[in-house]
Amino acid sequence: MSRLGGVFADLKSNGRKGVIPYVVAGDPTPEGTVHLLHQLVAAGADVLEVGVPFSDPMSEGPVIQKGHERALENGMTLRKVLEIVAAFRRDNQNTPVVMMGYANPIERFGYDAFASACAEAGVDGLITVDLPPEEVDQIDQALLAVSLDNIFLISPTTPESRIQTIVDRARGFIYCVAVKGVTGSGQLDTEAVAQSVALIRSKTPLPVAVGFGIKDADSARVVASSADAVVVGSALIAEMERASQTDGDIGEIQIHGAAVQLLQSIRAGVDTPLS
Amino acid sequence: MTSEITPELFSTVPDASGRFGRFGGKFVAETLMSALADLEQLYADLKDDANFQREFDLDLANYVGRPSPLYEAARLSDAIGGGRIFLKREDLNHTGAHKVNNTIGQALLARHMGKKRVIAETGAGQHGVASATVAARLGLECHVFMGEEDIRRQSLNVYRMKLLGAQVISVTSGSRTLKDAMNEAMRDWVTHIDDTFYIIGTVAGPHPYPMLVRDFQSVIGREARAQSLAQNGKLPDALVACVGGGSNAIGLFHPFLGDASVAMYGVEAGGKGLETGRHAAPLSAGSPGVLHGNRTYLMQDQDGQIIETHSVSAGLDYPGVGPEHAWLKDIGRVQYVAANDDEALDAFHRLTKIEGIMPALETAHALAYAEKLAATMTEYQHIVVNLSGRGDKDILTVAALDGIEV
Repeated sequence: MSRLGGVFADLKSNGRKGVIPYVVAGDPTPEGTVHLLHQLVAAGADVLEVGVPFSDPMSEGPVIQKGHERALENGMTLRKVLEIVAAFRRDNQNTPVVMMGYANPIERFGYDAFASACAEAGVDGLITVDLPPEEVDQIDQALLAVSLDNIFLISPTTPESRIQTIVDRARGFIYCVAVKGVTGSGQLDTEAVAQSVALIRSKTPLPVAVGFGIKDADSARVVASSADAVVVGSALIAEMERASQTDGDIGEIQIHGAAVQLLQSIRAGVDTPLS
Repeated sequence: MTSEITPELFSTVPDASGRFGRFGGKFVAETLMSALADLEQLYADLKDDANFQREFDLDLANYVGRPSPLYEAARLSDAIGGGRIFLKREDLNHTGAHKVNNTIGQALLARHMGKKRVIAETGAGQHGVASATVAARLGLECHVFMGEEDIRRQSLNVYRMKLLGAQVISVTSGSRTLKDAMNEAMRDWVTHIDDTFYIIGTVAGPHPYPMLVRDFQSVIGREARAQSLAQNGKLPDALVACVGGGSNAIGLFHPFLGDASVAMYGVEAGGKGLETGRHAAPLSAGSPGVLHGNRTYLMQDQDGQIIETHSVSAGLDYPGVGPEHAWLKDIGRVQYVAANDDEALDAFHRLTKIEGIMPALETAHALAYAEKLAATMTEYQHIVVNLSGRGDKDILTVAALDGIEV
């Protein structure tokens, strides 16, 4: 069983829900990302989502956009993101790592070379925002050849008929987008999310993770009552940004600490059943 | 490319998945896929609908002022010596550029879809003005996304849009130019997908946009073809148009693609010179990749990050290009060349002084190349240049470059 499959099976058999933090590789610093990933695991992450910075991140809200910009200013590249994952993997063989990004850096790398490099680095799955099922054949073949999971998004605008097409191609888990909008935006309609999750479940046995718009322990707890896992991205990055902007001599330890603290509280929220 | 070039080839693209050979497609986030499918369906239903076509044609005639003249620039041709240069006067359209042909068409689609809000991206501001204009006419709410840098260098058009009732949103992410405005427009569209129609201004973006913008702009080439036959009794020997995203060029070229005797030249922005790397010429000096919903030639670094472009003209300052151009380059049907900032400025001044026609700086790139081409031709050979826009908007830029305070 794949690392992702194993983690979701364990969660299920223990009656628990997953927590998936998203951070941008290279933000706030390239040197600190590996350590941050270990800290997030210690704070309760079940799966890690590592953002690959891109010059034109069309689906990201302002918070994650800035994370991409900072990472690129720090000289981050797709190759370096793979090195970060490989370095993380040396000390952690259990926590799945999913890379999330855009098609062009991968096109430039070459699909086959990229898939092999992912497998070698210890990447478990891939989310490519601008590769919907219609455009995915090339990369999917490359990923299948090295047994990597290709993870698809399903959004509130996805018609029911299309959900089947998507889940038929999906592996690992389904990423259910909670809001119409970019990352970190919008008002979460938890009832609509529960309905979407139920609809997706009626069509696939794959686990369903929900992301976009989960900001704190309360929203995470409510969403986790229907989903298998919650994804938290913008809120973590915003916390780190806030910490880095406070007066005084703030080091990376304190900046990471801000994200770790929020993730711990989300972990606690998800682990506390709704009354 | 293995497929043989026949006149029929050009009516087979894009295919059902929006491909022009290996280019085009629908590289967008899942949230947009159903909106694109709806647009595709609507356009398939309306495209050959006589009522829709009549509506479009009437608007072009009575609101835009079509047909635009085909004018022989006799003094310019004489001054250069060689081939005769004809100008397709899109600068005489309402709002002063070819952009309005497309916004009229897309606004009709928006109305058929019952959308009350339209958004647009703009670089030089011509597409923003054309969008704000049709929105004003149809009573639609209009938001135009424009890079902070472009707002600074195109202040006249910004004020025009505001007078027309549009909201101009300053985009401060990335390089603060056209590509970032397009990112921001896409983000807005995802967020307001239910009530918003995105009027894309060029033949780029996800399918079906490159196809429908081409179809709306093809009126330019259809008219130029008929006018050439009427005035000269023959087709032109060459067509020249500037290429940023490439909508005015496709509009002129498309109806002639099957005419093997007609040579075509797309002129990209060479900026400070191709050899300096400071330009906006992805077809001349870029490589294939994926941006803004389609696969095409891009300006990118070795890691697949989109790099900043440079051009004296805001409307050509874009790192991508329409996928149909990428395909036309690959099959060799159109030659893509570049004119640099200085050449464009010279051409701007020359046409203004010799013909009394002030071209947009974008258009001046086409003129710069057309002059070179004419010099290699005989007086019995004809070039049609798409005079895609007028230059009033660029007066402050030109004055600053000439060291004059207005």
